[in-house]
Amino acid sequence: MPNDVFVVAEHLKNKLSDVTFEMLGKGREIADACGGKLVAVVLGSGTKDLAAQLGVADSVISVDDPALEHFSPEAYRIVLSSVVKDRQPKLTLIANTSMGMDLAAPLSAELNIPLVAYCKGLSADSGNVSVTSQLYAGKVDVESSITSAQAIISVLAGSFAGDAGRSERTPSIEEVRPSTSLNDLRVKFRRLVEPEPSDVDITKEEKLVSIGRGIQSQDNIALAEELAAALGGAISASRPIIDNGWLPKSRQVGKSGMSVKPKLYLTLGISGAPEHVEGMKDAATIIAVNTDPRAPIFDIADYAVVGDLFDIVPALTERIKGAKG
Amino acid sequence: MKILVPMKQVPDLVEELEIDSSGKRLNRDFLKFKLNEFDEHALEEALLLKEQHGGEVVVVTLDMAEADNLLFTAIAKGADKIFKIPGNCDEGIDCHSAAQMFATAAKSIGFDLILTGVQAADDRDGQVGMLLAAFLGLPHVSVVTGLSLEGASAIVHKEYAGGVMAEFEVVLPAVFGIQAARHTPRYAPVSKVRQAWKTSKIETVDGGTVPASNGSVVNRMFKPESGKRAELIEGSPDDVAGKIVDLLKSRGLL
Ligand SMILES: Cc1cc2nc3c(=O)[nH]c(=O)nc-3n(C[C@H](O)[C@H](O)[C@H](O)COP(=O)(O)OP(=O)(O)OC[C@H]3O[C@@H](n4cnc5c(N)ncnc54)[C@H](O)[C@@H]3O)c2cc1C
Repeated sequence: MPNDVFVVAEHLKNKLSDVTFEMLGKGREIADACGGKLVAVVLGSGTKDLAAQLGVADSVISVDDPALEHFSPEAYRIVLSSVVKDRQPKLTLIANTSMGMDLAAPLSAELNIPLVAYCKGLSADSGNVSVTSQLYAGKVDVESSITSAQAIISVLAGSFAGDAGRSERTPSIEEVRPSTSLNDLRVKFRRLVEPEPSDVDITKEEKLVSIGRGIQSQDNIALAEELAAALGGAISASRPIIDNGWLPKSRQVGKSGMSVKPKLYLTLGISGAPEHVEGMKDAATIIAVNTDPRAPIFDIADYAVVGDLFDIVPALTERIKGAKG
Repeated sequence: MKILVPMKQVPDLVEELEIDSSGKRLNRDFLKFKLNEFDEHALEEALLLKEQHGGEVVVVTLDMAEADNLLFTAIAKGADKIFKIPGNCDEGIDCHSAAQMFATAAKSIGFDLILTGVQAADDRDGQVGMLLAAFLGLPHVSVVTGLSLEGASAIVHKEYAGGVMAEFEVVLPAVFGIQAARHTPRYAPVSKVRQAWKTSKIETVDGGTVPASNGSVVNRMFKPESGKRAELIEGSPDDVAGKIVDLLKSRGLL
C-alpha cells in the first residue's frame, strides 16, 4: 500500500537482532506520520516465536520455508523482492548490516526503487521523507529527500532507540508462500563458522586499551599491552589490526567484531569509523588519543587527547604505575 | 579464470573535507582522491586467486582524477589488463550509475568472477558491488573475508557480527563484496608503477548511458555535531598523563 512502511526483520540463530527493534520503533513513527501501516517482514523457517515478538507492527508478513532456514543472499533476495513488488510499500527498511547489504542494493537495482544507505536519521513531514546518511567514515552527514513514490532505506545499527520497537502485543501474522521455487539456487548455505575460543573475553573486561592503525607496527603493541597491564585491563583493537594478523579476531571491537561496554575504553590511534564506534559507543568512559584533531572518535569520546600516542602512552604507563605505588 | 575487479576512487579522508557554498556537495577544489581501500582488498584477493589457479586479473575503473595512476599501480601489482570507462566522473557519480557503467563494461570485457570492495566511503545510494550483481543478474555475497575455488564454484565466508561467519557455496560467475583479502594488500614499488606507465596500455571500454536521477536528492551536507563534546586534555605528555590519572581516580577506575 502506498503509505506503508515495511521493516525487514533480521535474525541469526533464532534471535532477532537489536537493529530490528530499532527499525521497528522508527518505522512506527514514520508509518504514523505518513498515515500508513507498519508491517514487519520475517523470512525463515520455524520463525513463529520470532514473529510473535514483532507486536509493534500492525501486522507481520511471515514467509516460512525450509529453504529459508539460514540466511542466503539469493533465496532471501528472491522472496523479499516478490513481497515488495507485490505490496508496494512506501518505505522498506533494511538493516545496513552484513545480511542487509546483500538485500538492499540488489533489491533497489532489481526493482528500480531508489535506495538511500547508511541511514542514521529518518523523518517524515506530511509524507515527505528525509534521510540522513552517515558517510565519509563518519566525517560528513548527508541529508537526502526521497523524490519517488517508493524507497528502500538501509539503516545503521544503533541509530534509533530499540525500546520503541518492543511490545508485548501479539501481532497479526499473515503467512505468505514463496512465489517461486527456491530449489536449485546458485548460492547454497553450507554452515556457520563460530569464532575460535579465546583466552580473554573482551566483552567481560572492565577496562580496555584499544589500538588502531596508528600503532603502526606489531612490535609497538607491547607499549599498549604494558599500559593495559598497569591499568589492570585488557587490550582490544580496530579491524585493521586483526586483518593484519597482529591480534586474534576475538580482540576486535565493532560491527563485525565484539560489542563492548567497559567502564573505561581508551583508544590509541583509532579514527572512530562508524563500524568501530558501533561496538564501543556505550562504554561508560571513553578516552581517545589521536594526532588528528578532526578524528570522528572525538565526537563520541568523553576525553580527547590530541597528540602522539608514542609520547602519551609511555608517560601514562609510568604515571599509573607510580600512582598505584 | 578471468577475474574482473571494478575499482572506484573516493575522497582521501586524511584530508580535511570541506563543504562547498551550495551546502550540498564537497568542495572539489581541494579534494584529493585515492583508491577505495576495500577495492584494494578485492584486487589483492584476485591476485592471490590468480597465483593459486592461474588465469588473468582485469581491472576497470571510471574516468576520474587519479584513474591512470590507479590502473598502472594495479599492473605493477600483477594485474594483466586495465580498462577505463570514458565519460568524465570528476564531479562525482552515484553508485547506481557507476554500477550500471561497470555492468555494461563487464559484459563487453567478459569475466568468470567479479570482485569488488565491500563498500566505499561515499556510497550514499548503496554499495556498488551488490548493485552491479543485480544489474548483471548474478549471484552475490557481500562482506566476504575468505574465498576459495572448487571446480565451477566458489566457497566464501561471509562475516556476521561477533566473529561468526557463514560459509556459502556459490556457482560462478558471481559477484563478491570483499571485506578483507587473506593477506594485507601488497605494495607496488614506485619503480614498477613507473615502468607500467611506460610499457602498459590503458584500454577503453564503453559504459553506456545512465539515467539522470536515482530517486533521491541531496538537501544538505554537514559535519556531524555530537551531542556530547569531548573535554580536551592538554599539556605536555607528562601533564596529560597526570590529568588522565587524576580523572581515572576520580571515576574510581584506578
Ligand atoms: C562491513 C564492515 C565491517 C567492519 N567492521 C569493523 C569492526 O568490527 N571493527 C572496526 O574497527 N572496523 C570495522 N570496519 C572497518 C572500518 O570501516 C575502518 O576501516 C576501521 O575501523 C579503521 O580502523 P582504524 O581507526 O584503526 O584505522 P584508521 O581509520 O586508519 O585510523 C587510524 C588513526 O590513527 C591516528 N594516528 C596515526 N598515527 C597516530 C599516532 N602516532 N598517535 C595517535 N594517533 C595516530 C590517525 O589520525 C587516524 O585517525 C568494518 C568495515 C566494514 C565495511
